[in-house]
Amino acid sequence: MSADLTILLPEIVLAVYAMAALLFGVYTTKDKTAPMLTWGTAGIFAVLAFWIGFNGEGTNAALGGMFVDDGFSRFAKVVILISAAAVLVMSESYMAKRNLLRFEYPLLIALAATGMMVMVSAGDLIVLYMGLELQSLSLYVVASLRRDSVKSTEAGLKYFVLGALSSGLLLYGCSLTYGYAGTTMFEGVIAAANAEHISLGLLFGLVFIVAGLAFKVSAAPFHMWTPDVYEGSPTPVTAFFATAPKMAAMGLFARVVHDAFGNVTADWGQIVAFLSVASMFLGAVAAIGQRDIKRLMAYSSIAHMGFALMGLASGTAFGVQAMLVYMAIYVTMNVGTFAFILSMERDGQVVTDIGALNLYSKHEPLKALAVLILMFSLAGVPPLVGFFGKFYVLQAAVQADMAWLAVAGVIASVIGAFYYLRIVYYMYFGEETEALDPAMAPAQWVFLMASAAIMVFGVINLFGIEGPAVAAAAALVN
Amino acid sequence: MTIADFTFYVFAIVVVAAGLFTVISRNPVHSVLWLILAFLSSAGLFVLLGAEFVAMLLIIVYVGAVAVLFLFVVMMLDVDFAELKAEMAKYVPLAILIGIVLLMQLGLVFGTWAFSDQAEGLRAAVPPEDTHNTAALGRLLYDDYILLFQLAGLILLVAMIGAIVLTLRHRTDIKRQDILAQIYRDPAKAMEVKDIKPGQGL
Repeated sequence: MSADLTILLPEIVLAVYAMAALLFGVYTTKDKTAPMLTWGTAGIFAVLAFWIGFNGEGTNAALGGMFVDDGFSRFAKVVILISAAAVLVMSESYMAKRNLLRFEYPLLIALAATGMMVMVSAGDLIVLYMGLELQSLSLYVVASLRRDSVKSTEAGLKYFVLGALSSGLLLYGCSLTYGYAGTTMFEGVIAAANAEHISLGLLFGLVFIVAGLAFKVSAAPFHMWTPDVYEGSPTPVTAFFATAPKMAAMGLFARVVHDAFGNVTADWGQIVAFLSVASMFLGAVAAIGQRDIKRLMAYSSIAHMGFALMGLASGTAFGVQAMLVYMAIYVTMNVGTFAFILSMERDGQVVTDIGALNLYSKHEPLKALAVLILMFSLAGVPPLVGFFGKFYVLQAAVQADMAWLAVAGVIASVIGAFYYLRIVYYMYFGEETEALDPAMAPAQWVFLMASAAIMVFGVINLFGIEGPAVAAAAALVN
Repeated sequence: MTIADFTFYVFAIVVVAAGLFTVISRNPVHSVLWLILAFLSSAGLFVLLGAEFVAMLLIIVYVGAVAVLFLFVVMMLDVDFAELKAEMAKYVPLAILIGIVLLMQLGLVFGTWAFSDQAEGLRAAVPPEDTHNTAALGRLLYDDYILLFQLAGLILLVAMIGAIVLTLRHRTDIKRQDILAQIYRDPAKAMEVKDIKPGQGL
């Protein structure tokens, strides 16, 4: 038992921290503690990320295999924790300025992070569901944090109702899987679903589980909630949605299809390939008409999830590696982009229309350059890091004899480049309009510049994330 | 047919019928009452399986608390169910289509169903030998599934925090009870006797 607890220690520390901080906040000065708790939570995230990243070794299973700590879960957890910490730090000034910085905000993020850590470590269908619900429920609440705004409330409600629907699909799949495999443990399911024969019931279970998870990663055709929720939520919350939960959901996706259904790659490979193509094209085409930058980022995230799913669709270890590298790069780009979006305001009012960026380069050449780098990277223009992420997943698809998928990806990427380049066009060649406020919180400036710098200098060796990604993929696929 | 078989069929038919009436009855209060009947009959089924503790929980928690709460919600909220139903009627063809697809899937899946060898035996003896229901459940909850149990607790905590975050407002424009101020109130100062002449106000 104590060995089990040692494996679970990071999650326990985070959960206990969240509860202790809640008590602290309630019994002291309530919302006045919020800035301190925000920084404290970010600090805890950073410490845990280092602890998990440098301390973990090998594959350890706790509680009879229900909870797995391996290279894959550690990679995902480090990305989740670092991105959550970054979003918390850069959201502090925005939330405080708009009177949204309640002390529950960092705590709900901490509890959501606990759920995400459980998700990527799940070794059992019930643990998977519990982690997912812990994460989702916290996210529903933070989505409607600006409770006086109709849009924010609507975002929370929409997310909640559709999230409940997707949980229903997922649970239906889990119950079918349990019925036909006779166990909820992934190791039992993988034994029941072997390559020569997968029973029809398990196949249906697999399809429903994949559909439920596709909701959570917002892959088309299960993406309907994404634009509205991204637009309606407070911008820091949108930034959070676009980073850590995406990594967690993709991690969970990879874990389920490989750990529980790793013997029937061909069966889920085609479903994931379809989701991938649909998401890439929908994200690329539907974003063209958008002028609201938060909705634009929502469609952008749908398209990027399509690319990440392409890596997964190949069904190989290299595919998982490509997916992990892609997600890490995507999260980094999004942190930088949202740091900029958080600072977009005119006369103290939030602006989300991309027309406001007209001739931004004249007023703020350095920031405009950073945004230009990020947009080029999001579009996948070589030689920036974003290109290498796409290159990796395309390579994985080609290696798995799915050249058609890679070709579709390239076409979608070219279509999608339009709306990223349009932002750059507005910034450098647009018409003269009223300028955005030049002020930017220091934390946001740092993350914007750091993210842009990573996109340029990362091309040398991708900051060495390939090594851990290889180890992570090897731990998952065997 | 033994008595056990007979009771099983009685309870099973009542559960299905009550479930059906829950959905189709026009009056929402009747729906909740049918739901209570369904809970009670399923409690009977649990007793037949030898899971007395779960049966009692079902009655205490579901009938005693959840269903009564439902009843309150249905009676207190001013929801026009007739209008809701009219709105729903527009989607009936689509719903029927989805229902048929799901039903066909269930049929397909059921076709490949194979009972494991021990299934009959397991069903005959749900709790392990020489173990009480409660002890067996406790062992599962606090030993095998301790992680799940604690995670469920965390989820409930999040639900509670969420409800408070989204609804609690600290209003400053209302009078609140201050118990200390009430206790330390001085009777000498609390009341003032005024002599008012007839025909004059204060």
